[in-house]
Amino acid sequence: MPQSMAEKIVSEKAGKPVKAGEIVIAKVDAALTQDGTGPLTIRQLRKFSEDKAANPGRTVQFLDHAAPSPRMELSNDHMLMREFAQTTGSVLSEVGDGICHQIMAERFVRPGDLMVGADSHTCTGGGLGAFSTGMGSTDVAAAISLGKTWLKVPETIRFEVSGYFQRHVYSKDLALAVIGQMGADGCDYMSMEWGGGAIDAMPIHERLTVSNMAVEAGAKCGLMPSDDKTREYLASYGRETDWRPLAADPGAAYSRVVDIDATQIVPMVAMPHTVDNVVQIDDEQVKGVQIDQVFLGSCTNCRIEDIRVFVGLTKGKKRHPRTRVIVTPASRAVMKQAADEGLLSELLDFGATITTPGCGVCVGVHGGVLGDGEKCLATSNRNFKGRMGNPDSYIYLGSPATAAATAIYGVLADPREVV
Amino acid sequence: MLFQGNAWKYGANIDTDIIIAARYLTTTDPQTLGGHCMEDLDPGFTENVHRGDVIVGGDNFGCGSSREHAPLAIIGAGVSCIVASSFARIFYRNCINVGLPIIECPEASEEAETGHKLTVDLHKGEVVNETLGKTYTASPYPEFLESIVQAGGLVKSLQKKFGAA
Repeated sequence: MPQSMAEKIVSEKAGKPVKAGEIVIAKVDAALTQDGTGPLTIRQLRKFSEDKAANPGRTVQFLDHAAPSPRMELSNDHMLMREFAQTTGSVLSEVGDGICHQIMAERFVRPGDLMVGADSHTCTGGGLGAFSTGMGSTDVAAAISLGKTWLKVPETIRFEVSGYFQRHVYSKDLALAVIGQMGADGCDYMSMEWGGGAIDAMPIHERLTVSNMAVEAGAKCGLMPSDDKTREYLASYGRETDWRPLAADPGAAYSRVVDIDATQIVPMVAMPHTVDNVVQIDDEQVKGVQIDQVFLGSCTNCRIEDIRVFVGLTKGKKRHPRTRVIVTPASRAVMKQAADEGLLSELLDFGATITTPGCGVCVGVHGGVLGDGEKCLATSNRNFKGRMGNPDSYIYLGSPATAAATAIYGVLADPREVV
Repeated sequence: MLFQGNAWKYGANIDTDIIIAARYLTTTDPQTLGGHCMEDLDPGFTENVHRGDVIVGGDNFGCGSSREHAPLAIIGAGVSCIVASSFARIFYRNCINVGLPIIECPEASEEAETGHKLTVDLHKGEVVNETLGKTYTASPYPEFLESIVQAGGLVKSLQKKFGAA
């Protein structure tokens, strides 16, 4: 029987053919926690087991949400996670190494894997064709200890994207447009499966952005095919042997197919305080909105290509005096590459502040907390009330190109109009 | 399992940042977390909520971050159970795992208002709005989950399996 990508991967991991709707126990290939959810994961695991990971080489503890730590309580959490990594022989990703989802993509995610993480944006791994999903601390504790998890095989909504992206339009705009159309719960419990000519042509860093935002439509995972682009990406990190081709079977059963013409998409912005509150950049509701802070960062959009886009538009210019700019590279490798290419120097000349690779401003734990009534344009994935540490502030979401235009003009600005 | 309390009505897409902000994730103690529950949306909530009260949500309750601190904060605030039109999936699993009863019942959550007296019977899958004098039938847990719920959450069910204390 023809299978969706989700059915195909879960069938392999459950050791039997499965179809949407079944509840199964499945093998877990990799698991992650981070410093927000990891301490609880460890405490829960210790209630039913000694410190033990079924698959230590693919169990990773990330110190990325509070990096470097701004408070002693969080420093103590970091100590607990370092200790757990040591006693279990699992992998520790230190302060400054970068964001969990970026490093998973660089070093661990393999097409066809089933991965769980105590972070909702674990769905990012779908960009490389892995069934990768976020869970809570207790679920991940069980997965680390037992090497398996239970899950309901999700139904699939297929997104068929034709055409090509116009200049200054990126996969972030596609993700926002789709979430705006589907709603924040439009894909609850579902697998979002992507295909079509515009996806085939899409580089991996942009696929990761789309998969990253699957959870913002409520989805369990956001699955991209594994193809030659996937192989090239893995090869660039010395992991070509991790590659395998993977796609849905023709004739797979979908609960719905959504057709999208990429050519029609323009730069999009999500307005406060929900990710599905999406309008075009030229909409009256966002025109001229003054922005106090621009944030280029997060697991959604601060890979090397995103920094290149930002610098491409801002090179030789100065940020608007009203608008401070914070750039947080997604990983140490991204930061190093940006340094080697002279991009960090360009950013500093533009007037940006560059911070330690990690989650940074996005999660409001430290650094870049907004003041009362302030507005931020961020390339991250969430604009919830209080997300950046102050309930009396406003977060708009957009692409790195929109962030660049906004930083130049000090108001929400269209990257197609940068001169 | 029978729960009785006053309703606290909130809208659709109540996210986990609203339930407990990231700045409070420096502890995993339910009581401490409970002191900041819903703070950014409804600062009066923690002061006025009574033990046993019921949170009523719209669609997609608990969307956003995977933080299990969210159901822990709700437990810590003294809330006995959540009735919502629908739940976000990670939050749903987290509630099962930490033993916070939840029930999906769109009609009951639409018609309830803050202050209404609710009785929730998880076993029967029933929500009674005593104030309106109306009874609603809810979707029951899937069979597989019932076993985890009956054990008192995932940790307890694994303890049982491994014979740990």
